[in-house]
Amino acid sequence: MRSLSVVFLALLAGLGMADTAMAAGGADVLQQQCSSCHALTKPADASLDRLWERKGPDLYYAGVKFNREWLEAWLQNPTTIRPGGVMYAKAIKASADKTADTIDTGKLTPHVKLGKADSAAAADALMKLGADLNLVQKGAFKNGSPGPMAKMLFSKLRGCSSCHSAKGGDGGRSGPELGDAGSRLQPDFMVAYINNPQKFDPHIWMPTLGLTDADVQKLTGYLLTLKHTEAQ
Amino acid sequence: MNIRMLCLTGVLSLAGLSTFPAYADDATTRSARVYDTYCAQCHGANRDGNGINSTAMAVKPRDHTDTKGMGDTPDEELRKAIKSGGGAVNKSVLMPRWDGVLSDAEIDGLVSYLRVVSKSGSK
Repeated sequence: MRSLSVVFLALLAGLGMADTAMAAGGADVLQQQCSSCHALTKPADASLDRLWERKGPDLYYAGVKFNREWLEAWLQNPTTIRPGGVMYAKAIKASADKTADTIDTGKLTPHVKLGKADSAAAADALMKLGADLNLVQKGAFKNGSPGPMAKMLFSKLRGCSSCHSAKGGDGGRSGPELGDAGSRLQPDFMVAYINNPQKFDPHIWMPTLGLTDADVQKLTGYLLTLKHTEAQ
Repeated sequence: MNIRMLCLTGVLSLAGLSTFPAYADDATTRSARVYDTYCAQCHGANRDGNGINSTAMAVKPRDHTDTKGMGDTPDEELRKAIKSGGGAVNKSVLMPRWDGVLSDAEIDGLVSYLRVVSKSGSK
């Protein structure tokens, strides 16, 4: 009976997958499934026009940005990270009555969904990207307590929540949602990106605020506390 | 001038009238793209302070179509606000500094563009 259950589960898993990775390696999955929208190597074109034209966020530094477990799970069940897509300005629906502009979700393309094996292979391959580019300094996050002011820095004093939501729908919409930033992103990456977003994404619309290291450490510590739970 | 010519002239004048002056020349077109990239997220596609982020903000972004308010603001103050942020001109800190992202030439272009959008003269 037990072996029957195992066979049944294996069959179910087989049926649920649209995997190409059974034989192919992770690098092949990236080429076949990801490369038409995402840059897997640093693009030569660093112009503002490219920022408007790219179809998906660059992944050439994915290995120093993401947490592997998050990648593997998200690729199987992609949820919204960027409410306005990769270039919010192209999805804006201008208000006609002096209320706030809205996002035309019809202009957004849903992310491809990978099967379990492809996701695992893609996650492995993505984690190999970017380590040699010297974009993120290992140990940049000093792992201190974010302190009581950290949330206030995010939501008011440094204005992060004007563009980013930290909890479902609460906050701005032109930047990626950060409600699960603690699960998604590596802390040293957060420090590096907050300090200089344009180093990663030339001309990106996140300002380089020139924050003190103390502020950046607190903000990173706060972002690490943001995680989606099973109940959400 | 025959009737046909008259109609053609009328159509051309109408087309001319409907062309938004913001797209009148290359410099303005370039600045409009810079505005759409960085400013529209808060100041809105209509440039009137109603961007997609505006509902999340404690202080509403400036209405750049306000001819009077913008006309009363000197170029130097606009430049300073864009370059160093709202805090530098005693306005909301939610307006970030852009000197780490935009060049001086791009910022000057935005100041000129704001005069076009607000239909206010340079000061």
